[in-house]
Order: sequence, then structure tokens, then C-alpha cells
Amino acid sequence: MSDAAVAAPERREALLRARRVTKRFGGLVAVRETDLEIPAGSIVSLIGPNGAGKTTFFNVLAGILDPTGGEIEFRGQRMIARPVRAWLEPVLWVLPSVLILLVAVAVFAVTRSVLALQVLVLVAIGLLITTLLLAIIRPLRYRQLLPRFGVFRSARPNDMVTAGVGRTFQNIRLFQNMTVLENVLVGMHSRLHSTAVDAILNSKRHQREEAASRDRARQLLGLVGLRGRDDVIARNLPYGDQRRLEIARALASDPVLLLLDEPTAGMNPRETSEMMALIAKLRSELGLTILLIEHDMRVVMGISDRITVLDHGERIAEGTPEEVRRDPKVIEAYLGRPAA
Amino acid sequence: MSQIEDLSRRASASGGGARGRALSPISGFFGRHQSLSVIVGMAIVTTVLPLIVLLPPFSGFNVQRVWLDSFANAGVFVLLALGLNVVVGLAGLLDLGYAAFFAIGAYTYAFGASGFSGNDFPFWPMLLVGAMIAATFGILLGAPTLRLRGDYLAIVTLGFGEIVPLVFLNAEDITKGTNGITGVRRPELGPIEFTATNPVPFYITMAVIVTLVMIFLYRLQDSRLGRSWMAIREDELAAASNGVNTVTTKLLAFALGASTAGFAGVFNASKLTIVHPDQFLFQVSFTILAMVVLGGMGNIWGVAVGAFTVFIIQSVLLKQLNGFFNTFQVPILSDIDFVQYQFLLYGLALVLMMLLRPEGLFPSKRRRRELHTESDEPTDRSPEGLESAAVLQ
Repeated sequence: MSDAAVAAPERREALLRARRVTKRFGGLVAVRETDLEIPAGSIVSLIGPNGAGKTTFFNVLAGILDPTGGEIEFRGQRMIARPVRAWLEPVLWVLPSVLILLVAVAVFAVTRSVLALQVLVLVAIGLLITTLLLAIIRPLRYRQLLPRFGVFRSARPNDMVTAGVGRTFQNIRLFQNMTVLENVLVGMHSRLHSTAVDAILNSKRHQREEAASRDRARQLLGLVGLRGRDDVIARNLPYGDQRRLEIARALASDPVLLLLDEPTAGMNPRETSEMMALIAKLRSELGLTILLIEHDMRVVMGISDRITVLDHGERIAEGTPEEVRRDPKVIEAYLGRPAA
Repeated sequence: MSQIEDLSRRASASGGGARGRALSPISGFFGRHQSLSVIVGMAIVTTVLPLIVLLPPFSGFNVQRVWLDSFANAGVFVLLALGLNVVVGLAGLLDLGYAAFFAIGAYTYAFGASGFSGNDFPFWPMLLVGAMIAATFGILLGAPTLRLRGDYLAIVTLGFGEIVPLVFLNAEDITKGTNGITGVRRPELGPIEFTATNPVPFYITMAVIVTLVMIFLYRLQDSRLGRSWMAIREDELAAASNGVNTVTTKLLAFALGASTAGFAGVFNASKLTIVHPDQFLFQVSFTILAMVVLGGMGNIWGVAVGAFTVFIIQSVLLKQLNGFFNTFQVPILSDIDFVQYQFLLYGLALVLMMLLRPEGLFPSKRRRRELHTESDEPTDRSPEGLESAAVLQ
């Protein structure tokens, strides 16, 4: 399966498709109408000078920032876009309770029964509380219900993880005071199902799941080259290993698409080539699709199938490494315009 | 020698989770069987405490019956501290209005079983009902604070902590306002009599409840939920980006903390047979927080011991100090009423604690690591690790 993915990345349909994504911070346009297509099984890189909007774009993809415009489809499903008719949602929360209140008043006017009024008002309050709680927790049913009323809300970061997008951060964000193994176990969170009640009762299901997740976490640690470091506190790891651990943590959610934000930042040449080997291995062995932000051109040109170049929030070039390397706009963005 | 050092270093690296590598077969066994160790520990404490107070100097302070009574009262605060530890110590959400849930639990029972309300539901199911209602309010009060962090969260929870007793104070028709609800029913269990003169049943009940709550909390702490609480405390954005639903996770922390307070509230109401808004003022929230901080945030045993010690010092030993200095006519000291100065003493204790031992008396290993960065050496550095560190510098 992974072989096929590697062999014909171009022919595969796009796993993720971003259309005209815009993100404004006040007057600053960090990302302007940027398109991006990531074919399944490919390695796509996003490059550009400092402040080009790469990380902002990443954060929009990961569901951390709501875009000001445009939309992002993942596996053919629209996940992230500017909220549509968001005002309708609070109305929908309150509407049933208001209706019941009106019924209560009507019943009272007709029958003059205080008891009926009290009961109906209590029902209305109960309903209001339940709806509000549902709106806060947003279970899957609730999210599926919203489109029927034409309301659209972007996926939250954890929804993106559940959908199959894993990510790492530019400045490493491990859970510093937790052990290596615990870090990976947190990454596995969205794939585990035991509840608080299971944990309290220490049910068989809980025990089985815990044991299985620990085994899987150790496997992942082995894959990134951190075998046997389970009990080390994350912040005591050497820098390069922290990067690897972050990747292991992102892999723990069984992603289809992995977003790596400068995975080789601050690494020496040997560590960089090890990281490149690891990324290549992730695609060939796990069949992952990878989106990469990177500054190191050796890395970018070495492993990418396609490259997108951003400058001042706009996409200035897109293509294979060869095409991008020769693109005059890219050269200009990096080196400046030649003197006339 | 070096072997011992190596061993202890490895032990300290093995994490606050209960499943760390153990030093001896015995502690290894109890590390793996957390519930059993809690049961054994609590059984020992429960049997030893009544015996200790028969010995001097404790026997001189009070008779055993009074001691047991204050131990049962201390148990209420141990429960409260354990619950607050979930919210503050594990999930890292600073809650300054925790007494509100204590109040909600207590009033739930007062409505459910007192002469005033006319209802007479039995105590044991009400214990659960009180916890559940408190948990519901925990979620309701937690929901508006979800986007807040740190100071802002503290201020909002402080507001809730003020609002709830005020509501109970002013809703006079339902709560009898400043008079409080009196005549709350005591528990009943077959032939065992829960009376004011016989504290033993309360003492035993409290010990059982604390044991159960501790076992539950230990299990939760080592579960998927406990890990996500810690992850949120460490880095909320990273937690969300790794699939942790921060909304439900935080709400569950509030709910579980509140339900423990609800337990404590029901128990307290049935023991004192009176529920009064003044029992739930800000100083109660503050006291509980001080107990958690002094005991060692994040460590279940530490918090329990801290709460117990603080309560006993506050309710028993300070009075004894007065009596002691009065009997011996110590100049100056005999004029001081230590009970009145208890908050001054708290303040002093907290200041000293923060300066000398910020992680608390009995810290969790994790918390100690957070606060003592400089003394924390990487445990086993491989040659490549050294190399990359050198490159960074």
C-alpha cells in the first residue's frame, strides 16, 4: 500500500486542499488567498523568507486559527473555513426553551394552573442548560446537526487530530515535565476510548487499552530512535531527541497527514541528515503524507515532491524542486532584485 | 556508592506516575498496586490515630472522643483538599471559589433531609446526589471560564465563590438566610448510631470515604484523563494539537473536583446538623488552597497529609497553645490569642514555604522537577546528546 503511494503520488487525488486561504491580523495580512494541494503519499514543502506567513498558514491548517477567508478540505470534507451563519447557533440554543416558555404562558393563561407553569418553566431551564452544555462539549452528533441549519464552524485542533492530521511545532512544545512515554501516550489520546468511569473501576477494557497503548508507544519511540528512554523526563532529553519525541508524539494519533514545522531547526548537519532519513522512512514505512516547513534548502530540495513558496503571505511559486529552484520570483524573494 | 547514586537518580527520573521503577520489592509492589497501598495506609492511619491521642502530650489536650470528632472534621477538609488538588494540582486551573461546591453539596443535603424542608431522604444515596449536583454546578461554573487562564481564571472563580454563599444567604424563603437550616438529619445505618456524643461512626465513615476517593483519584491520575489534565497544565495548545479535547477535559476536572467537595458538603451538613452561609466564605476556599499548596500540589498523599495537619493545627493545637502559655504565664505570649491570629500564621507559613520549599511539604516528583530546574541534571546522556547540546551552545 505504501509502495503504491510512493510510486504514483501525482495520480493520487489530493488529501488536503486549501483554497484561497486568507488570514488577517488587524491590518496585517499574514496569508493572502493562498492555495495548496497535498496529494496523498507525497512530501510537500512550504518555504519562504522569515515572516512570509508559513507558520500562520500551518496554524490555520491545524485548526488553531480561524481563517479570515477561504476554506480547507481534508479527505474531501470541508473542515476549516470562515464561520458561516454563526449567529444562528446561539439562536438555536435558546429557541426550544423560549418555545416551551411560550407554551407555559399559554397553558397558564388557559388553565390558571401554577403547577403546570412551574413544571414547564423547569423543563425550559433544564433544556437550556442541556443545550448549552452540548454546545460547549460539541459531540459529533451536534456537529453533524449544525450543517442542516446552514451553520458552519471550523474544526477545533483536536477535531483535526481525530480526522487524521498530526503536527509538530517550530519551537518544540513537549510536555516538559512528563516522561517520554507519557508524552507519546498523550499523543495517543484521540485513539483511546477508556473513560473516567473505566479508569475509576479499573475495568478490563481500561487495563487492556493501557497495556496496548504502552506497547504501541514503545514501538513508536523505537521508530524515531528513542528506544529505552521511556522514563526520561522530556526536558532532560538532548535537543535533537526532543524533536524526535515530538514527531513520535504526533505519530501516536495515527495521522494520515503529518505537518512538520521546521523539523531540522537548530540541528547540526549529521542530525539533519538523520532527520531527513526519518522523514523519508515515515513516508515509505507508514505511508504518511507530509507537509513540511523548512529553511534548510538541502533538506527541502532533497526530499520534497512539490514545493510551495510563500512571500509576504502570498504564494509566489509552486512546483517540483527543479522548477522552483529556477523560478526568478523565488530567487528574487530570497536574494533580492538584481541592481538595474 | 556510585551505584547507589545511580539507582536513586534513576528512581527520581522514573516520573511522578505511580509506575516508576522501584527501589525495593516492597515499594515496587505497592507502586504497582496503588489501591492496595492506599487501603493499607489508610487502615494503619485510622487505627493508629485514636491510639496516639491516648499518649501524652496529646492526651492532655483533649479526651479521645473529642480528638476523634476533630479528626472526622479534618476528614472533611482532607476531602476538599483532594478535590481541589484535581483542579489546581493536576489540571493547573487556579480555583479560588472552591467553597461554592462545598456549599452546594451541604445545601443539597439540607434540602433533602431536614425538618425545615420537610423532606427526609436517606443519607447514603444523598451523598451521591450531593456529589452529582455539585458536579453539575462545577460544569456550569466551569464552562464560562474555559477560555481563561491563570489570573483571569482565578478572578472569575473568586467571583463564583462569592456569589454562591450570597445566593444562599439572600434566598431566605428557601434557605432561611442568615439563620441557616438547622435540624439536618444525621446518617443512619442499621444499629449504628451517629450522634453528637459518639464520633466513632463519623470517624470510620470519613476514613472509608477518604480511602475510596484517594483510590479513585490515584486511578484517574494514571489514566488517559489524568495524563490529559497534566498535558493541559503543561501546555494547553500542544495538548489540543495532540488530540486532547481541552473543553471536556477541563470541564471534567471541574466536575470531579466539585463532586468531591459535594461529598464533603453532604457529610459536613449531616455531622454538624446545621448549614449556614457563613460556613462557606472565601476564607474556606483560601484555607483549602493553602492546604493543597502546603501539602504539595499534585501529590495525593501529600495533599491529604497537608490538609489534615493544617486543620489539626488550626482547630486543636492553636487553642492548646493559648492554654499552654496561659498556664505557664509566659510574658507577652500569654496575652496573644493564637486562634485569632491563625490567618496571620497561614500567611507566614505560606511565605516561608514559598521561599524555602515552594513545592510543598510532600511534593509530587513532577512538581519538584518543575521548581528545581537548576539542580536537575539530564539523567543519561548519550554521546550524541552531548554533541547536540554542544552545538546549541
